Formats: sequence, C-alpha cells, structure tokens
Amino acid sequence: MSSNRKYIVNRVAFLETKVPRYVPFAGIIVLIALWELICRLGWVSPLYLPAPTSIVAAGWELFTVGNFMQDIGASMYRIVLGYALGASVGIMIGLVLGFSRWADAIGSPIIYSLYPIPKIALLPLIVLWLGIGELPKVTIIALGVFFPVVINTFSGVKNVDPTLVKAAVSFGSNHYNVIRKVLLPGALPVIFAGLKLASGTSLLLLVASEMIAAGHGIGSKVLHYGNLMLTTKLMVGIVVLSLLGLIFNRTLQWLEGKLLPWK
Amino acid sequence: MKVVIDGITKTFTDKKGHKVTALNQIDFAIGEEEFVVLVGPSGCGKSTLLSIVGGLLSPTAGSVYFDGLSDQQAEPRLGIVFQEIALMPWRSVFDNVVYGLQELGVSKDEIKKKGQHYIDMVGLTGFEKAYPKQLSGGMRQRAGIARALAIEPNLLLMDEPFSALDAQTRTLMQEELLTIWNRTKLSTLYVTHNINEAVYLADRVIVLSRHPGEIKEIIHIDMPKLGRDSEQYREKSDDYAKQIWELIRHDAEDALKEG
Repeated sequence: MSSNRKYIVNRVAFLETKVPRYVPFAGIIVLIALWELICRLGWVSPLYLPAPTSIVAAGWELFTVGNFMQDIGASMYRIVLGYALGASVGIMIGLVLGFSRWADAIGSPIIYSLYPIPKIALLPLIVLWLGIGELPKVTIIALGVFFPVVINTFSGVKNVDPTLVKAAVSFGSNHYNVIRKVLLPGALPVIFAGLKLASGTSLLLLVASEMIAAGHGIGSKVLHYGNLMLTTKLMVGIVVLSLLGLIFNRTLQWLEGKLLPWK
Repeated sequence: MKVVIDGITKTFTDKKGHKVTALNQIDFAIGEEEFVVLVGPSGCGKSTLLSIVGGLLSPTAGSVYFDGLSDQQAEPRLGIVFQEIALMPWRSVFDNVVYGLQELGVSKDEIKKKGQHYIDMVGLTGFEKAYPKQLSGGMRQRAGIARALAIEPNLLLMDEPFSALDAQTRTLMQEELLTIWNRTKLSTLYVTHNINEAVYLADRVIVLSRHPGEIKEIIHIDMPKLGRDSEQYREKSDDYAKQIWELIRHDAEDALKEG
C-alpha cells in the first residue's frame, strides 16, 4: 500500500526562497573586480576609464592633501538646506490641498501647470533674480524637491480612508487635528515615495547649479577636472556623488522605518 | 436624558438625477440606559440613519437632539463603533483606545488610567502596544469598542460592528458586548441586519422598511437583558425573531431582486 501514497508538496515554495545575506554585496564586488581587471589588462586607456584602485588612491590624495572636504561641505550645506525647505513646504501645502476642497480647486491647477517645467530650465532665470551666491542654488533644489513632494502628499491624503476621518471627528478632532493626527500619518507612506523621488532630483539640481556658477562644491570640481582631462579625479567626484545618493536613500529608508512602525 | 430622532428624512440624487428617498419621517427616541436596535433589509437606510444620529451625515429634513443633558456639558458625547472598525493603523491599541480622551484634553494620568480600564474591560490586556494589523478581526473590534467606551459617551452608536467577523467570533462578541453593556449601561443605538442578534441584544427593536426607509414597527423585547440564550427563553426569542422576519421578508426579497 505504501507505494501508492501520493504526497502533497508545497508548489509555491518559490515564494519563500531564501537568499544568503552576502549575495547583494557579492554582486557589487564582482562588478568592481571585473572593472579592475579590464583596466589592469590595459584594454582601455586610464584617460577614459581609470581603475578602481587608482580612483581610491586619487581620492585619498584629494581628501588628505587637497581640500575636497570643503567642497563636500559646501555641497552638503546646499542640498540639505534646499531639500529640507522644499520637502517641508511641499508636505504642508500638500496636506492643505488634500484637506480643503477650496485649496484644491485654487491651488492644484497652479501646481500642475508649474510641475512639468524642467527645473534646470529655470536656473538662468533664478541666477538672474537671485545672483550667483548660495541662495539661487538652495532655491533651485528646494523647487525641484517641492513638486514631487507636494503632489505625492496630495495623492497620499486623497488615499486616506475617509472612515478614519469620520472616526477622528466623531471622537472630537478639530480640522487641525484631523490633518495632524489622521491625514499626515495616513499619507506618510506615499509622502515617503515622493521624498525618495525628490532625493534624486535634488542631487541632479545640486550638480547642475554648481556647474553653472560656483567656486566650491562637488559639481564644480567634476566640471573643473573634466575640463583638465583629469579623469581619475573626476571619477572621485562621481564616486562621492554616488555615495552621497546612497547615504541619502539609506537615511530616508531608516527614517521611514522609524516613522512607520505600523506598516 | 433621552435622544430624540425627530422627523429625519434623507433624500439622495442618484446618477441619473432621480431623487431617491432613503429615509422618510423617522421619529423615535432612545431613553436612558436603553438599548435600541435598528433592523431592516439591505438598502433600508439603517446605516444612513446611524450616520445622521452620529453626526457624520446631514439629514435633508428633521433633527436629532439630546434632551435633559446636564447644563455643564456643552455638547453630547457620541461613541461610535464603526463597521469597518476604523482603527488608525499607525497607532498602537492603547493609542487608538485613548484617541477620544486625548481629543477631550484629559490629563495624562487620567488617560493612562481610563485607557487601561477600558482595555481591560474589553479583554485586550497585554495587547496595548500591538498595532491593529497584528490583531485578529475580533480583537480589533474590541479595541474599536474600547475606544468608544473610553470617552464615556452619552450615546453609544454601533454600526454592524460584528458583520466583518466570522459567526463564532460574532456569537462570543455579542455575549461580551452584553456583559460590557451591563457594566456601563450606556444608551445605545445598534444597527444590524441580523435578526437574532437584534432579539438577543435589544430592549427595543425598530424595524425599517425600504423604498422609502420608514419605521414599520417598534417591538419591545420583553425578556431580561442577560440570559436570553438560555433554554427557558428559546421559544420566546424564536417568536420575536419570526415576527421580525415576517415584517422584513417581503422587503428583503425585493432587495435581493434588485441586487
């Protein structure tokens, strides 16, 4: 009889496939190793693609002998200030637009008609208005961050279950508390999607604005080394930008985990 | 103290522009410590009526008012238990339960005390820090009930609170609700489509008809509040249920045809 048994097997085990923890790192390491190998074999000229090791060496030199820290500091100042400004104003206006039908009717057409303008196109105009100091750079970054955040906040608020609003009001919430205690936390997952989207935009605008007019900053150094055909040093700037973006995203992810424990 | 529902009429305009009367001239009152249950077929407007009484919807005509509240109280407190439960997913059980207390501006000490008291009362002790997502449907609705009780409302409103639960959980929750009610003795308006539930819980059952939603009959349930499920009241309960079913049946059949 026992030979006749038909066992049921889990045919959806693929949904729970386990991947070792080192695999994501291994992918990157293999890529870098291949890159190094190609350079060592002399398949490409270092003028076009310097080896990872020589980029690290040039980076070490820039940080210790040169004053690259000052450039990073200047860039960090601009992006953090611009991002914080754009994000906080964006969230506030998005909440108001989502809450009030009047604000929506008046504000949304304005925002949606300004949104499609590529912010880089505004750079010359903003330089014309605000000069070439820190203010125009911070402003352009803030503008670039504002739009994705305001639009995501708005749609996040619209997605909050209206029963929750009714529940809050029935338990005594006034309009301000409805926004603060229901709409804001309810929209937060979508707001974070907007914040992540905006982090990329802010880096782009940082570099662009620094390339147009700046003495310091990662963007101005990348352009400078590019003009001098110092590819290895240029690559240091690019690697720093990549790391900056990575840290940016990780910070947002960490913050999301902190603020959305209920997810 | 009593709650008076005075000539409530509600008309909607449907997609084709026709006027639909959801509720027509509803008059009744809920007395002190009275448990009133609204039953009716789907589409009779019972949830609409509860929303109006709960201040979540404006009537087309008529009004709802509390009579004989103490002068110190500016406005009546309503504790609503929602069909969709409507707990904030981002708040822990405790923070959900004390939501109304926070909005009342109650002191931190009292929030702590009362929150714990009502969490214990509904049997959620030990789950204070859990998020709604981590709880079963029955446990979630316990939190929903505790939230409504915590503000010590003048009127408790329950909109098919157990309809999302499975039948067994539902039976247990009904029993528990009665036990809790017996401790708090809150004036209650309860909406359900379940006739047995109505007979089991109510002091008075208000049967609504549909198209338009009108009061068809008001039935006093003449049985003690506790122990209605015992053998000695089985026959009487069945009679009440049969009586209500006869009243609703025709409308329910119509509702079925319309889908």
